Amino acid sequence: MYSVTAENLEISYGTVKALRGVSFQVPRGEMFGLIGPDGAGKTSLFRILTTLLLADAGSATVDGYDVVKDYKEIRGRVGYMPGRFSLYQDLSVEENLEFFATLFNTTIKENYHLIKDIYRHIEPFKTRKAGALSGGMKQKLALSCALIHKPSVLFLDEPTTGVDPVSRKEFWEMLKRLKQQNITIIVSTPYMDEAVICDRIALINDGKFLQIETPQNIIDAFGKKLFAVTGDNMSRLLNEVREMDIVNSAFAFGDEHHVTLTNPLLDYKDIEAGLLEKGCTHVHVKEIKAGIEDCYMALSQ
Amino acid sequence: MNSKMEQERQQVITVENLTKRFGHFTAVDNISFEVHKGEIFGFLGANGAGKTTAMKMLCGLSKPTSGKGRVAGFDIEKESESVKANIGYMSQKFSLYEDLKVWENFRLFGGIYGVNDKEIGPRTDAMLAQLGFEKEKNTLVSSLPLGWKQKLAFSVAIFHEPKIVFLDEPTGGVDPVTRRQFWELIYKASDRGITVFVTTHYMDEAEYCNRVSIMVDGRIDALDSPRNLKRIYDAANMNEVFIHLAGSSNRKAD
Repeated sequence: MYSVTAENLEISYGTVKALRGVSFQVPRGEMFGLIGPDGAGKTSLFRILTTLLLADAGSATVDGYDVVKDYKEIRGRVGYMPGRFSLYQDLSVEENLEFFATLFNTTIKENYHLIKDIYRHIEPFKTRKAGALSGGMKQKLALSCALIHKPSVLFLDEPTTGVDPVSRKEFWEMLKRLKQQNITIIVSTPYMDEAVICDRIALINDGKFLQIETPQNIIDAFGKKLFAVTGDNMSRLLNEVREMDIVNSAFAFGDEHHVTLTNPLLDYKDIEAGLLEKGCTHVHVKEIKAGIEDCYMALSQ
Repeated sequence: MNSKMEQERQQVITVENLTKRFGHFTAVDNISFEVHKGEIFGFLGANGAGKTTAMKMLCGLSKPTSGKGRVAGFDIEKESESVKANIGYMSQKFSLYEDLKVWENFRLFGGIYGVNDKEIGPRTDAMLAQLGFEKEKNTLVSSLPLGWKQKLAFSVAIFHEPKIVFLDEPTGGVDPVTRRQFWELIYKASDRGITVFVTTHYMDEAEYCNRVSIMVDGRIDALDSPRNLKRIYDAANMNEVFIHLAGSSNRKAD
């Protein structure tokens, strides 16, 4: 049985079409990633699946229940962490958690094992008001609150935005452990290093799914030679490389520029020679394997 | 003497032993550094390391407990109003008025920062043209996608041609394509001599900075170019440098 199914979901806000017929299925225990630019429709999709918004057309189920007819049943079964911090700022850490446990007819004690790995990081500060926590801590509390009633499906809308790299790493370690407990996770993220951890990724743009694939299949389908270019004055180097006729695309990637060419017969020497001719110095070009972010950039072009 | 003065004139931020305490808690612990004109300076640190507190002092919004600093040529404690007038600031949370149109935001912020009335109209058009955004001049900000709001917010923050612009997580939650477009705006501002002081949690963006500092528990534990930091900590990328330094934080819960 599928944990989540969607069939031709559509929704508009006035004249703006946020979803234009989205269909997919997520099996139990899968970690399913949603990536795409802001305004692509990710949050609308989350809100429809968590029964907070009615679609204009199409249908969807969660745990086999219909999102319209059986919304009460679904609300008891899902955990939802919205993109915007939505806990009570003026309640303490513990009070927030207790509040959500009580709403779902359970206690912190009963499901403590589920949240232990996450909650123990903030437990020493359980008397602190939620509004006074830092970004990383807030997200850990929000995840704890979304988990306290032992949901079978977890919806996470950009859970690590504003979270530093150390906490981000810890957060995803926690998600992996939840997955091992057979909780289905649907998560959106702007971080490609997180997307690659998911079992499958849906690329969403302008209200439509462009592709649903495993990260490995997306990477394997990149289909072009990719080159990493470095040299002095990286800002100028990027402009120069973009001006070359043989260059198809060039993007900054940390301390390198990633470049694709228009002709598969050309190679790194052609880029190097072209840049040296333009007067760039310490130019170094090598062929590399594409990563998921390269694929995202290519698909968004 | 002359060349020394010239060098000093090139420092747009100087901070010496800056400290901020809240009760018994030392949020910013005796930090010292300089930022040069036109530099892109990455101000990194874990959540709760003290970045925002430090930035508020630099922007003249919060008084230091001890230590001193100069920003854009003014003392951050005694001349905080002049500091505010000579910097631009963009926060992740709030930068534009959602219920005003695009041009109205430029009009409002231009007016607040004392840009000449006659100058505001043409400058707004020039900035929108540069962004390829002329069509949205009369659009309400609330109906724009986040990536566009962030780019507009940046343009509003540098509308009065400040010496320095402070950017607090400008690309939080923004997808890879829009993040890169945003950084190209940063490069352009820096090329025009505007100093950029930026915080980010994206470590590939840290690589785009001329120098970065990494704050841990209120202190600056490292400050250098990304290349030197990677060499010093024998790391393949800035993510490894960050995890090496910030992973040892004792201030996990703030």
